[in-house]
Amino acid sequence: MRRGCAGRRMMAEPIRIHYTVTGDDFTQAGTASADLKSRLRTMGFPADVIRKVTISLYEGEINLVIHAGGGEIEVTVSGDRIKLVLSDSGPGIEDIELAKREGWSSAPDEIRSLGFGAGMGIPNMIKYSDSFDIQSTPGVGTVVTMEINC
Amino acid sequence: MTIKEVRSVLHAELLTPELELSTQVHAACGADMMSDVLAYVKDQAVLVTGLNNPQVVRTADMMDMVCICLVRGKIPDETFLNLASERGIVVLSSHMTMFTACGLLYEAGLRGAKNDG
Ligand SMILES: Nc1ncnc2c1ncn2[C@@H]1O[C@H](COP(=O)(O)OP(=O)(O)OP(=O)(O)O)[C@@H](O)[C@H]1O
Ligand SMILES: [Mg+2]
Repeated sequence: MRRGCAGRRMMAEPIRIHYTVTGDDFTQAGTASADLKSRLRTMGFPADVIRKVTISLYEGEINLVIHAGGGEIEVTVSGDRIKLVLSDSGPGIEDIELAKREGWSSAPDEIRSLGFGAGMGIPNMIKYSDSFDIQSTPGVGTVVTMEINC
Repeated sequence: MTIKEVRSVLHAELLTPELELSTQVHAACGADMMSDVLAYVKDQAVLVTGLNNPQVVRTADMMDMVCICLVRGKIPDETFLNLASERGIVVLSSHMTMFTACGLLYEAGLRGAKNDG
């Protein structure tokens, strides 16, 4: 019998959590990630899993705010994995391979002065998640899908 | 070392007097870009930074950091301090530069993440 890392009984049914991220309030960026973090803690997930999930989601959430004018986050928590889907109807990404590169950023100076725009967000998401996928169409939007196993 | 010792090494002002200073600090990170902070996981760490917007607190919170020390005499606003206090993150402010603050903490025995080079 396999036991999920947050306890088998509790995870009989996957839990779905939805967040709407607004693009106009930078000071609120990160509230979804902070909320998920405390929920996962209550559900009993191990600290290292929680950290991988929250860093991955936080980078994605910040990108929704600074690059896409907001978007939606869909979280699915199962006993053995946590899936994060971030979608937006922002400008999209012209060259995805370039966007994945460490240090590449299109962020303007005023975003940099706030501490973002190092071009490390997508590399961090790839590093902390067990599976990472990004689909983007310029002028239509971007969908980032990540899974973290436990 | 404890947060209290970090404070004395950096001659820093304590901006969250209600929080505990006996917490142990095992590592430090000096950065002004938040993704650089998120790149390496450290336990019980102090964040040394010149940035004073609330995202600094959110970033430190994601990493379970226990203390933020602002350098070059920066003083954060109410939102920053309330958020830090709510998350239990001690906030210090030192007049030192980033270089000097990090150098003194290193000399006092703090290290970066295990895998940061
Ligand atoms: N949701 C998105 N919509 C449109 N463009 C995006 C989106 N996410 C990322 N990008 C583009 O990909 C680039 C790289 O993203 P990444 O998160 O790696 O770096 P950054 O956000 O610029 O800086 P950092 O994350 O280090 O603060 C961004 O500068 C931006 O051009
Ligand atoms: Mg980013």
